[in-house]
Amino acid sequence: MWADGTLALAGVSFTVAAGETLALVGESGSGKTTLLRLFNRLVEPTTGEARVAGKPVSGVDPIALRRRIGYVPQDGGLLPHWRVARNVELVPRLLGWDRRRRGERAREMLELVGLDPATHAGRYPAELSGGQRQRVAFARALAADPTVVLLDEPFGALDALTRLELHRQFLELKRRLAKTTVLVTHDLGEAFRLGDRIGVMRSGRLLQLGRPEELVAAPANDYVRELLALRGGLPSQLPPPAPAPPATGAAGPPPPAPSPPDAQTPPPPAHSTAGTRIPPPPGTTTTTATTAGSPAAGDRGTPPPQR
Amino acid sequence: MRRHHHLLPALLAATTAAIALTGGDGPAWAAREAGTAVATAGPPRLGAVARPGGGAATVVVGSKNFEESRLLGEMFAQLIEARTRLRVQRRLGLAGTQICFEALKGGAIDVYPEYTGTGLVSILGQSAGAGGKSETLRRVRAEFLARWNLWWIAPLGFENAYEIAVPGALARSEHLATLSDLARIAPRLRAAFGHEFLERDDGLPGLAHTYGIRFKSVQAMQETLKYQATRAGGVDVLDVYTTDARLLLYHLTVLRDDRGFFPPYEAAPLVRGATLAVHPELGAALGLLAGAFDEDAMRRLNLRLQEGKESEVTVARDALAALGLVPPAPPPPGTPALSGNPANPTNQANPQGARPGRRRPAGVAAILWRDRAALAHRVWTHLGLCAVALLAGALIAIPLGLYLERHRRGAEPVIGLLGLIQTVPSLALLAFMIPFLGVGALPAVAALWLYSLFPMVRNTYTGVRDADPRAVEAATALGMTPGQVLREVRLPLAAPVLMAGVRTAAVITVGTATLAAFIGAGGLGEPIVTGLQLANTGMILSGAIPAAALALLVDLALAAVERAVRPAGLDSAGARGKTAAANDG
Repeated sequence: MWADGTLALAGVSFTVAAGETLALVGESGSGKTTLLRLFNRLVEPTTGEARVAGKPVSGVDPIALRRRIGYVPQDGGLLPHWRVARNVELVPRLLGWDRRRRGERAREMLELVGLDPATHAGRYPAELSGGQRQRVAFARALAADPTVVLLDEPFGALDALTRLELHRQFLELKRRLAKTTVLVTHDLGEAFRLGDRIGVMRSGRLLQLGRPEELVAAPANDYVRELLALRGGLPSQLPPPAPAPPATGAAGPPPPAPSPPDAQTPPPPAHSTAGTRIPPPPGTTTTTATTAGSPAAGDRGTPPPQR
Repeated sequence: MRRHHHLLPALLAATTAAIALTGGDGPAWAAREAGTAVATAGPPRLGAVARPGGGAATVVVGSKNFEESRLLGEMFAQLIEARTRLRVQRRLGLAGTQICFEALKGGAIDVYPEYTGTGLVSILGQSAGAGGKSETLRRVRAEFLARWNLWWIAPLGFENAYEIAVPGALARSEHLATLSDLARIAPRLRAAFGHEFLERDDGLPGLAHTYGIRFKSVQAMQETLKYQATRAGGVDVLDVYTTDARLLLYHLTVLRDDRGFFPPYEAAPLVRGATLAVHPELGAALGLLAGAFDEDAMRRLNLRLQEGKESEVTVARDALAALGLVPPAPPPPGTPALSGNPANPTNQANPQGARPGRRRPAGVAAILWRDRAALAHRVWTHLGLCAVALLAGALIAIPLGLYLERHRRGAEPVIGLLGLIQTVPSLALLAFMIPFLGVGALPAVAALWLYSLFPMVRNTYTGVRDADPRAVEAATALGMTPGQVLREVRLPLAAPVLMAGVRTAAVITVGTATLAAFIGAGGLGEPIVTGLQLANTGMILSGAIPAAALALLVDLALAAVERAVRPAGLDSAGARGKTAAANDG
């Protein structure tokens, strides 16, 4: 919808609406993870800026910023020497919540992701299955009720059945919590299943950004077309995303979609929606990234220098 | 879960006790020096620390690590005790001329027995020249006084020169009488020399140069082993001392120094001028020994040590008593056992042990049992040295490892440098310490400390660097500060690797600490060093076996600590994880 197409050298600009799930899809090295990390300042752009809730993140203390942003990496990133409950309580503890409130919160979160606190809270991550660990990672990401959640291939390491189960649960969470979410995945099917909108990335550029049906109807270029074609029976796998009725039919007719992305003005930046589960009014901007080149988003998409 | 936190306080308590312990010295003099003050002039040196609150002053008597030197040192000590009000601290058995001399120069000891020829050639670096005894004495006196304010007191009356000996049978068959004769057939002979002789200007280098001698092979061999190897037929030529009783016992023929290569080696007390200035009575007491022994007398005394396995305490007392310098009364049965005694310090109470000429030394078990009190003390001293070194090492190494992890560019050079220290031979490192730290526990701890750094720095660095990067990233991404990530994630995850480094350092330290006895630090090395001097295998083992056992026990104990600090979540990935995976919904 509001994508500013692609510029040379990874010029990327987009906005994620409050409560929306944006799926960034692309091959490894396409720069999608780097883009994600701009939001919590794990990567700093050389030029351009990322905004959360309308404010440039460069002006926010990275520690405070990160505590307001949920994060789930591919492998969960649980602290192996901490029990599940302590892992879930991580951010609340950093924020100085008292013990009782933290404990309640951890139980609540574990229930939310479908784990029985009585049996799981006291376990170590190594005693859990991959799927369980990933649920705990989600519980941890959501524990301090962040406005924005960043998901970096959160289902990438799971077996197919577990992945489907977690997809189902993710959609349930999405419906209930309506967090502003950026999901990075290399799996187009997953992007179609989970994303309200999909951004296709390649070589550090955002090739196309739009709702699933828009992508199907009007691929921005050959790469996107081929990507969709590769998925063969793709549309049949599409779940019924709530706001996208036309996508249900097999190879359904192109929706009355807007023409390929152009530089429409984004909606006005709005206040943060932190601390609420009420879906914000449509069109509220919570997350914006504009970058004309971040250190690692170059053509080769080398991994960012971490640690 | 199983968290053995009670181990840490216990470890700390042990270490604290050890610090208190190594503040003192060897077991025997620990009691003697309580509440005494050291009166060496000049800046107080660490080997002879002034202790407040005492009445009498203390002088420190040193000696080299062979029987005669120890015996003379013990005589000096007893004489000073009998004839002055000074208290005496013994630092007998220091490893070689250089260590003794540096210790004296630095004030770690106040007096030790030295030989004029050694002073001339080894210390002053001059050639023997043509001068006789008195000329040599005159030269060293003048030079030592001018350069270092060190005094040669009156010579004791005997020379203990380096000489070259061959088995009697060989001398007869080859008609060897002089060193020139030896040079003729040397290319067919296998030589074994003491380590010091191989290096000294008045040793093999000068000898080979003067006589043009070139042997078929030259081996460096420990003093007493040379004799045994010669008897066994493995060695044809060896260096000996004039007063060594073993010349007789092993049927050796001494070759005449027909070109006058070796300087005269008169034995004399070498004393710090600074000490003499404060305690002139020290010089007077030592002067009583002027001309007291000729070569024969000395050889007889050495025989009692070398073959009779009598203690130097006994032999020294008998010798002084015979001169009327000390009362002849035998010491009471409760005579304190000198650590590092050649054998049987309580032999007055144990007639069997006192029998001179007893050929078979006691077995290991017997020695261990008989000296169990001394053994306990040595173990304690040993542990103390190691614990202090290790604790001080950890206090530096772990923060350094963490710092290097943050500043990686410096990591490789620094760790490389520490690794280099690791390659310095232990004895050399100990010797380097003497000019700065004197002798005794302090330089030993310093050397052990240096050795302990490398494994701990390296493991801290790599352990923290390689701590589960996914956990570290997630912790950062969720808003932990770098400090929190370090304390709550990286350090706990690195703990097993870090502890493995501590363990390595501990085992190295416990092993190396046996060498500390060479510079008078005590510990389990003492019976090893003494046993080497006496070729007493039982005695060597009575130090070596407990040392090995101690290393093993320390390793086991630290393995337990390693398990205790291993975060609980890291070792339960086994069966329970699998069952959990099975019922994942």
